Amino acid sequence: MTLIVKEITRLMVPSIILLGVYVVLHGHLTPGGGFAGGVLIAGSFALMVLAYGSEETKREIKMWHATFGESMGIFLFWFLALMGVIQGTHFFTNILAKGRTGDLFSAGIIPLCNIAIGIEVAAALFAIFFTMAVMRLGEKL
Amino acid sequence: MMTTLILLTVLMILGAIVALESRDLLSGIISLGIIGFALTIIFLVLQAPDLAIVQIIIETLTLVILIAAVLKTTRKEVNDPVNKRKVLLWSAGLIGVAVFLLAAWRALHHMPEFGHLTLRMAQAYVDQGANLTGAGNLVAAVILDFRGYDTLGEATVLFTSVAGVVSVLRKVGRKHA
Repeated sequence: MTLIVKEITRLMVPSIILLGVYVVLHGHLTPGGGFAGGVLIAGSFALMVLAYGSEETKREIKMWHATFGESMGIFLFWFLALMGVIQGTHFFTNILAKGRTGDLFSAGIIPLCNIAIGIEVAAALFAIFFTMAVMRLGEKL
Repeated sequence: MMTTLILLTVLMILGAIVALESRDLLSGIISLGIIGFALTIIFLVLQAPDLAIVQIIIETLTLVILIAAVLKTTRKEVNDPVNKRKVLLWSAGLIGVAVFLLAAWRALHHMPEFGHLTLRMAQAYVDQGANLTGAGNLVAAVILDFRGYDTLGEATVLFTSVAGVVSVLRKVGRKHA
């Protein structure tokens, strides 16, 4: 792409990622949540690939980043669900204190689940985009 | 609100027909985008910002991936000649649509009116959601607390599907199977 597109992307990508993180962290208070924020973050990565081309991106971001993030996200989510069993109550019980409704640190494990989903969705969508748009057929991951 | 919804739905149907019938695959994909973006506006009109955020970004990403696929392969739709099989398929499709419309016309009389829920559970969620879970966003309270198993399964399905996509697309063909 041209220099203009590259510079605009350089300015926009950090703010898009920041917006995505905000949407994930405030998922239990405002519209959005893990899925919406994760998709936003994956979209910013896709914008980076589109502006800078696949060769430039492949030097900075490797495939294992995406697969590692995806595996960690799903692992964290299942771990949070299993915490209830470990504590001696039921599966997927909200074991943390609920706090005051409207605070950032409230609602027990719901914000933590949102973070786990956010990591997983961002990495998963970027992994799909990476395999389809960046990698060549038969290339080693 | 009803007029807006009906207009948007008609626009979506037109977009779908153009996407199916256009000979140029690139314009077909662009008109496929009409469906997704009209759906985003419908979600906004129905006051579901959670879904609208996800829908608009997913739609954009999907368009980018599809356009990349078309640019790398071909823009022309593959022509298939008209034959007996096609006539049979068309008539079967028309019979299916007729049966569906008949069933829908009979069933829709018994549906609750638009915007008036009759489920008791929904009212309980609205009344008790904030107290029971401590989450200010009722959608988050439902998908991560009341219906947490669904979301867990959904995330697992996403994980599995991505694993499938990556392994299928990146598999190097074995010479001696």
